[in-house]
Amino acid sequence: MSNDRVTLTDKQKKAQRSRSIALALALAAFVIIVYVGTWAKLGANILIRPM
Amino acid sequence: MDTSIGLSEASASDYVVLLKPRVMSLVVFTALVGLLAAPGHINPVLAGIAILCIAVGAGASGALNMWYDADIDAMMKRTAKRPIPAGRISREEVLTFGLLLSAFSVVTLGLFVNVLSALLLAFTIFFYAVVYTMWLKRSTPQNIVIGGAAGSFPPMIGWACVTNSVSMESIVLFMIIFLWTPPHFWALSLFMSDDYEKAKIPMMPNVMGPASTKFQIFLYTLLVAPVAVLPWIMGFAGPAYGLFAAAMGVAFIVYAWRVWRAPVGKDMIKPAKKMFAFSILYLFGIYAVLLGEILVRKALLLAGLI
Repeated sequence: MSNDRVTLTDKQKKAQRSRSIALALALAAFVIIVYVGTWAKLGANILIRPM
Repeated sequence: MDTSIGLSEASASDYVVLLKPRVMSLVVFTALVGLLAAPGHINPVLAGIAILCIAVGAGASGALNMWYDADIDAMMKRTAKRPIPAGRISREEVLTFGLLLSAFSVVTLGLFVNVLSALLLAFTIFFYAVVYTMWLKRSTPQNIVIGGAAGSFPPMIGWACVTNSVSMESIVLFMIIFLWTPPHFWALSLFMSDDYEKAKIPMMPNVMGPASTKFQIFLYTLLVAPVAVLPWIMGFAGPAYGLFAAAMGVAFIVYAWRVWRAPVGKDMIKPAKKMFAFSILYLFGIYAVLLGEILVRKALLLAGLI
């Protein structure tokens, strides 16, 4: 059944790794942007939450 | 080999190429000038987010352009090595990439800065990807004249990020780039017309001939040179900018004059190349001096000297 498996070549592995790292960095950057941006926009008002 | 199962050899840098980083750097620069030139105050963190959103939005429109133009990119020397014609990324992936980044940049700008600037950014992406790329580029020699509006919006978006408005000042910043684009690209097309001919793109030299193109280049420099001095006359730039813009404008006209007076054929290539190189220096220079003036004024204000 070894035909069912797809083996990545070294070049493909390297490319996949590079894409994965870039995607992780982009996602992390977006999380930081939303977090920091929310503080900048709302400031201390973020703590005011009328129930 | 069947690539549909995802055996991609595209690295992260191929995706960066899709964003047209060199165009993006000019967009970031002009947007930043618009943002800093605007009266009023913006939180520096939000200003950073605004510039990032404008940069990503510009990159997204670059990706959408490469998605649509993959067929003609493959025919031209300058663009044949782009990720799609080179076979490293599929068209569908690029379309998804472009649409996703467009949506994220516009929504983020709208949520963190203001709705007007987000709408302007969305319109810019639409204008570049749909109006320019899909419609004008392949149908009329006025393609880059009208399409140039897409590249002229960034300072206006930067201005709107601070003021939440479109004013005469930001329209002038828009007009400087808008009127600069035709002479800039037509100078390039004078010495690259073979490539455009091959890809059947109706650039001005291929349609109206080089003689008419050279004259139109000259006419546009006569327009852009005085318009570039307007920020000083209108009072939102100082004399350093005004005098520099006037001197650069005269030089731009002289370069264009030499292109116009050069006989059609081999002899026009050299002046066209010189003018093309100068056109980049011109736009970068006047925006840089405007930026420098603003920074000096802000520093003096902070120090309490004015």
